[in-house]
Amino acid sequence: MTAAPIHLAGERLQLDPAGALHWPAQRLLVVADLHFEKGTAAAARGQLVPPWDTRETLAILAGLIRKYGPRTVVALGDSFHDARGAARLQERDQAQLLALGRETRFLWVLGNHDPTAPEGLPGEAVAEHRQGPLTFRHEATPGRVMGELSGHFHPKASVAVRGAMVTRPCFVTDGYRIMLPAIGAYTGGLDARDPAIAGLFPRGGRMFLVGRERLYSFPFAASRVRAQPLPGEGLRI
Amino acid sequence: MGTLPELFLRWFDGRSWAPRPHQLAVLEAAQAGQSVLLIAPTGGGKTLAGFLPTLVELADAPQEGLHTLYVSPLKALSADVARNLTAPVSEMGLALSVETRSGDTTQEKRRKQKEQPPNILLTTPESLAVLISQPEAAAFFATLRRVVIDEAHALAGTKRGDQLALGLARLAVLAPGLQRIGLSATVAHREAIRAYVAPDARIIEMAGGAPPEIGMILPQGRLPWSGHMGLFSAPDILQAISAARMTIVFVNTRAQAELMFQELWRLNAKTLPIAIHHGSLEMAQRLRVEAAMSAGSLRAVVATSSLDLGIDWGGVDQVLQVGAPKGVSRLLQRVGRANHRMDEASRAILVPANRFEVLECEAAIAGVAASELDGDAPRPGGLDVLAQHILGCACAAPFHPDALYGEIVQAAPYAGLSRADFDATLEFVENGGYALQAYDQYRKLFRDSEGMMNIRSEQVRRLHRMNIGTIVEAPTLKVRYAGRGGGALGEIEEYFVGMLVPGDTFIFAGRLLRFVRLRETTVEVIDGGSGEPKVPAYAGGRMPLTTNLAARVRALLNTPALWQDFPEPVREWLDLQLTRSVMPGRDDLLVEIFPRGDRWYLVAYCFEGRNAHQTLGMLVTRRMERMGLQPLGFVATDYVLGVWSAVEPRDLDLLFEQDMLGEDLEAWMDESSMLKRTFRNVAVIAGLIARHYPGQDKNRRQVTVNSDLIFEVLRKHQPGHILLRATREDAARGLIDLGRIAEMLGRVKGRVRPQRLSRVSPLAVPVLLEIGRENVRTEGSDEALLEEAALIAEATGAAEPPPFRPQRLQTTYRPKKPAQGSLFG
Repeated sequence: MTAAPIHLAGERLQLDPAGALHWPAQRLLVVADLHFEKGTAAAARGQLVPPWDTRETLAILAGLIRKYGPRTVVALGDSFHDARGAARLQERDQAQLLALGRETRFLWVLGNHDPTAPEGLPGEAVAEHRQGPLTFRHEATPGRVMGELSGHFHPKASVAVRGAMVTRPCFVTDGYRIMLPAIGAYTGGLDARDPAIAGLFPRGGRMFLVGRERLYSFPFAASRVRAQPLPGEGLRI
Repeated sequence: MGTLPELFLRWFDGRSWAPRPHQLAVLEAAQAGQSVLLIAPTGGGKTLAGFLPTLVELADAPQEGLHTLYVSPLKALSADVARNLTAPVSEMGLALSVETRSGDTTQEKRRKQKEQPPNILLTTPESLAVLISQPEAAAFFATLRRVVIDEAHALAGTKRGDQLALGLARLAVLAPGLQRIGLSATVAHREAIRAYVAPDARIIEMAGGAPPEIGMILPQGRLPWSGHMGLFSAPDILQAISAARMTIVFVNTRAQAELMFQELWRLNAKTLPIAIHHGSLEMAQRLRVEAAMSAGSLRAVVATSSLDLGIDWGGVDQVLQVGAPKGVSRLLQRVGRANHRMDEASRAILVPANRFEVLECEAAIAGVAASELDGDAPRPGGLDVLAQHILGCACAAPFHPDALYGEIVQAAPYAGLSRADFDATLEFVENGGYALQAYDQYRKLFRDSEGMMNIRSEQVRRLHRMNIGTIVEAPTLKVRYAGRGGGALGEIEEYFVGMLVPGDTFIFAGRLLRFVRLRETTVEVIDGGSGEPKVPAYAGGRMPLTTNLAARVRALLNTPALWQDFPEPVREWLDLQLTRSVMPGRDDLLVEIFPRGDRWYLVAYCFEGRNAHQTLGMLVTRRMERMGLQPLGFVATDYVLGVWSAVEPRDLDLLFEQDMLGEDLEAWMDESSMLKRTFRNVAVIAGLIARHYPGQDKNRRQVTVNSDLIFEVLRKHQPGHILLRATREDAARGLIDLGRIAEMLGRVKGRVRPQRLSRVSPLAVPVLLEIGRENVRTEGSDEALLEEAALIAEATGAAEPPPFRPQRLQTTYRPKKPAQGSLFG
């Protein structure tokens, strides 16, 4: 697995093909939108999807922690699919999460799916986190920022090759902010061209599609639409 | 012969009609208490034959409640039949009620139907499933005497047909002694259709009317070697249109429909009213086109299979088939859309798009003349449909598994269902059927002390009812004009949208559109634009060549005496093949091998249809890889498989050995995107993924889990899960078409005929021209595609190369499998 280096606010960061970000100078690992227990949330609504999503996501997280040995893990919100998610953890999964919490310090940034701190879990819950020149928050702030890391939108992108399409979760960055893909086993994605995402990168930038063993870098075209277009506008392209 | 009461004879007389023999034969069988399968061509008064026994019975003894249920695959057919029944009912003054019910029926009308059922109810398999899932089902169907199944041949062997068969088995329990009348077009597998309708049905067949007149239009000038669109024949097509009253121009894909429509309008100097009709267009637009056809205000409609079935448009007097006919039965079905009257011949013209298609058209015309019908025998019922049905039964009333199993094996598609598979399906419905008991609190069914299965909650019942049905559309996005209240045009597949960048133009709904942007699930467009437009293609839009038609093409190739009637370029082409190489035999496997440039080409003349060739291509290249032949890519057409490699192919017997269907197949199937696509359908039908939620749409994204992600997790943790088994079985019969590969490999054992050539043969030119033109998804090589895209981006300076970091060899990424289409060259 080859991590790709990028720079944000003068800090050197590594993007991991698993969809996580590593800050070597601070030994800090960032993951976004774990959505633990999305499976049971679906089950409660009558869709009995296979119940192993939390286990899958935990396995990825554990692998990343083993690989980088971080001092701190920052989860950028929506770590649980809903506020009661933590209570639905299977015993074995909860035990693994606690064990990970003994190896490293967890910072749970709160998201819209999990607006309150999960109970009985290792680490602390924060609305957002600042460290050095970097800010870690769930949802990107529109307008000018410098050194912001966020999740929330689950960016994905498609690449056309010889008539075929490959769609993958992706990182999006413009040197001022970086948006991480969702890492949860059952998390879908939003096309990075959607105004909700593209509007946050008005000058364009780069996107990094996650592959099996490496990242694939492509330019991200400058958006010609505003994040909040007025009705009837946006026709002049 | 059955006897018609005086009242009916007078009515026939009054219209100067005489009851037809088959109508009386159906009446007689019905009066003797027998079920019937009536086989008759279109326009034979089939529908009246089906209803006559009911009309006679109800005229004789009017009753309260439901007497006859009519089920057809199309809502439009029900509405049409309802209209056609009004005449005899009102003219004879019969005291009986006829109503329709479909997904469009209002709540109010449904409530009324529940309280006071009509005597005759016209409906679809889906609406029947909804009725059966209601607690009132037992009372509602208690008085039912007869079911009329229209277009039985179009339902048997499909998932909708499975659903109907299960519904009929249920009705047999709710209304003992129920009689069935199946109406079918002429079919290849009549015993299977009989079993589908009722095992003891009496077959009544009506001799065909005048044989159709089928001609062929060849393009002026040269005859193309490849290509499937047939656009160069547009001037001739336009001429044929202007020479007839109303024409249906059938094509094979929606993309072809869009292109042909554009081309016809480009040439349409007389501005003849020509419309377009296909399954992705907004329903309102399709209905407008159909209404215009009924009114006779159109001169032509360019259509896909969306008009294969449907109501009788009396005005259609000519059918054109552009591109390969693919099968005799399919061609007959389409030809039958013209002149829906028995005594007049249907007129049809075939428009082949390339040389091979000329052969296929000749073969199809001969097949029609010989009335040699084709098509696959109905396959066994799907476990996903079974799961949906089981939950539906539980929604109506508690059931005992033993009783339900006994009932289900009465349905022909499920006659061979094992108890173990039934139990596994039931367990899936109950609690997901996972090896991990995680969902006990969310289970959908619970067992009571008497062993009866009960529905857990009203919520489960409501969700089920909203999701009944077996038609699963590919993931699509709505196309709308940009701006507030922009009109909807229809839906295009998500993957196509992925290829568009703002400003791109594409052709859809017969318009030239410019892509403005993507917003959530809506594609916003404006009219116009410039540059080369793209055309949306649709997965699964093509059906493969049938085995029978393929055999006829082989026979044509082996009978030079018949070539004299062929167009000259085709004759020359075949003569040249005989001098340069040899002809594929009737039951061998000709494999031509020749070098070109720095590659070796292998062209195998299998004639098993593109789905089978696609699979075979994956398996053969895997094997070549192991044999050190360094395969580089392959391409599949309906007729042949072409593979290119760096090393000269040898040991052909080994290459086409039957045992490739073992481990290689298993290994490939597991990574195949075909399997993912199939899993999605299975998961939706089985109720694992809900399409609709009560009262809300905006939170759908939050609760819907992408089926690909579910597939991955399930495959890893419980590879033997019942839905994965159902998926493999479906794929083997459908997209992967294993049956035909297995049959062919068995047939050609010891008859693989290598033909080593110094250059490409005339017959192999078309497949070589397909290389690079194919737009089909590659298999198991997403990583390789990404790598290619990234390489291009790096080379053009659009992207930075990944950092150079020397490391151990095995951690370096290297694409392992050859892609379809050229990967390296």
